[in-house]
Amino acid sequence: MVNSIPLFVVIPLGCAFILPVIGRRWERAGDLFANLVTVTLLGLAIWSVRFIRETTVYHVGGWGAVNGIPIGIYLVRDGLSIFMLVVVNLIAFVATLYSINYMEYFTDKTKYYTLFMLMLAGMNGVILTGDFFNLYVFIEIAAIASYALVAFGTEAEELEAAFKYQVMGSVGSGFILLGIILLYSYTGTLNMADVGRVILDKGASNLVWFVNVLFIVGFGLKAAVVPFHMWLPDAHPSAPAPISAMLSGVLIESIGVYPLTRIMYNVIGFDGVLSNILIVLAIISMMIGGLLALWQWDYKRLLAYSSISQVGYILLGIGLGTPLGLLGALFHLFNHSAFKGLLFLDSGSIVYSVGTRDLREMGELDRRMPITSKTNLVAAMSIAGVPPFNGFWSKLIIIIACIQAGRYGVAGWAILGSILTFAYILKAERYAFYGKAGRDVADVKESPPFMCIALIILAVICVVAGLMLLPNVRETILFPVVNTLTSGTEYIWRVLR
Amino acid sequence: MIHYLLGILLFVIGLYGVLVKRNLFKIIIGLIIMEYATFLLFALVGFREHGTAPIQPGVAGKVFVDPLPQALVLTAIVIGLGTTALIAGLAVRIYEKYGTLDIRKIKKLKG
Amino acid sequence: MQNNTQNTSSGMSLIVKTVARILAGMIMLYGIYIVAHGHLTPGGGFAGGVIIAGSFILLYLAYGATAADSDKRKWYASLCESLGIFGFWIVAILGLVFGTYFLFNIFAKGTPFHLFSAGIIPVCNVAIGVEVAGALVGIFITFAAVKLLERK
Repeated sequence: MVNSIPLFVVIPLGCAFILPVIGRRWERAGDLFANLVTVTLLGLAIWSVRFIRETTVYHVGGWGAVNGIPIGIYLVRDGLSIFMLVVVNLIAFVATLYSINYMEYFTDKTKYYTLFMLMLAGMNGVILTGDFFNLYVFIEIAAIASYALVAFGTEAEELEAAFKYQVMGSVGSGFILLGIILLYSYTGTLNMADVGRVILDKGASNLVWFVNVLFIVGFGLKAAVVPFHMWLPDAHPSAPAPISAMLSGVLIESIGVYPLTRIMYNVIGFDGVLSNILIVLAIISMMIGGLLALWQWDYKRLLAYSSISQVGYILLGIGLGTPLGLLGALFHLFNHSAFKGLLFLDSGSIVYSVGTRDLREMGELDRRMPITSKTNLVAAMSIAGVPPFNGFWSKLIIIIACIQAGRYGVAGWAILGSILTFAYILKAERYAFYGKAGRDVADVKESPPFMCIALIILAVICVVAGLMLLPNVRETILFPVVNTLTSGTEYIWRVLR
Repeated sequence: MIHYLLGILLFVIGLYGVLVKRNLFKIIIGLIIMEYATFLLFALVGFREHGTAPIQPGVAGKVFVDPLPQALVLTAIVIGLGTTALIAGLAVRIYEKYGTLDIRKIKKLKG
Repeated sequence: MQNNTQNTSSGMSLIVKTVARILAGMIMLYGIYIVAHGHLTPGGGFAGGVIIAGSFILLYLAYGATAADSDKRKWYASLCESLGIFGFWIVAILGLVFGTYFLFNIFAKGTPFHLFSAGIIPVCNVAIGVEVAGALVGIFITFAAVKLLERK
């Protein structure tokens, strides 16, 4: 069914447009519609997994190719897109479920869900699009909605964080647009596959190299790779907890890492120099993110620094460029979404019940909030890489891939990063749940039901995601996804056909 | 070639404004300059010497300017309007909360 | 900008009010012309919408408004915006509903250079015009209604 492709963008957009009209009188409309939309999209994404070996092209508006030259906007659904769609819509589903109770805190739920749906539409669009300018538009839709969501509480800190985030985000978008323009001037087309074809024909000139640098800076800013990471530790903790989970769990991956990977592997073509740049950036991210996380006392801020460090792992696997490295990177991307989403939702539960983000003021929560503390333990073990949780397998695969590629030093850094992760997450766990309470915790209660359901869903995923590596499962799910990347510029012929 | 270099120069001027200026609204102006430098560059990419408008009938064989960048620049300008409105709104709210536009005095969030 | 008193004589002088009253209609008409001929002449939904918003902003500046008025007008503007963009969405998914592509031009295309031609494009232009006019008026009111706090 080809027609299911645009639905990933169309349904959340429609929900975002109709909510402000009907949500003014009917307070619960947002809860109902947003959850229906995310459930539908998750269902569609999982249903699409059956097409994971195929590449399907959708011509928006029916504008196909004329004389073999694409003139309209193409939406491309292949293994990697489907994988990303499942990840994004899974976290979106859990986040909306969680929002039902959590957002009672804030005044205007309808506006919140409107922005949420816009962000979701933007992310799904980025994942599906096969057109450079359309990519830019969807990135901006997702990014603008996320700027507004970071400022949603409209307290002084949140506004400041959102301003910083938007300045850095806009600079990143400027770099991306500049790169797209230069590519257009070189190739005379904006379709990703067609751009790739022209570059194959004409050869990569210095201009293409300049574009590569612009894209690394632009998407690096969006993904918070270390020299460009300053906004993330402010922006992600300031947002409401479900949005923190979305931002850290999927937004930086779907509008930062994913387009970079797609362009490098499938359009421009991956080579040794790019690989070295990415690996160096990844190691710096892992180390600096992990080290700075150690010093934090604000729980959500600690998790935000940890996101920088974990994105370093994903970039490391992508930078290695070997099939095993890519497998580890993509698997880690999935796992990071699950456990970082869960950790941020847990921190939200603590804020909801205890009212603080400072680790020193928490403590003894393991008895007061059993579900939160158990799920948080699962997520913490996952991120720290304790077997048999999912984080262990993905980190192991990445380290093995480093050794297989003969880069022993890189493997050493990755192990060191893993130890750092273990240290800071142990600190958080110890102070938040088991240490002596810094304040009176007698009246702290477990969070409301929908929040607990959301937590349990993600915790179960953290435990069972390791099963994706079982022999038959990995051949059907993970290998076709890795294959879309390792086949490199064959993407061009699969799309243009 | 010269218009590419000038476009990138304008882009860098905007970037300089964003990185160096200390006033919130001057930062926003830097961002706008950066955005519009890219739009200008994009429109110039479609320019052809002695080109005509591509919509007239009977232009076959004549040189005409590339219409695609113009359409896309319009789209990008609309996006730019949205981002500018949002960031200006944020700046106004920050001024309400902090009573200053100086970015050095706006730091409740630490390192 | 506004002194936000209940005084009915708020706003600018009589001359400005009269000129604004006469001009606003014409500006709006021009905006509607730009929107309606979007598929024939330069301009279209966005440009026309901006001009329509300009007529409202002119009236707003000339006559001033109380805080309560501002809230109500902002709600109307936001309603226009949402309905306009929702209309565009409906037109866009008609293609999907009738079994063709998203954003497919499902209406008859007519003869070129006639007012009623080009299928869904004029309809989309009208939707965008309403959306942009609503959005810009909303943005304007939001900024105009800001009362900066006194420095402590």
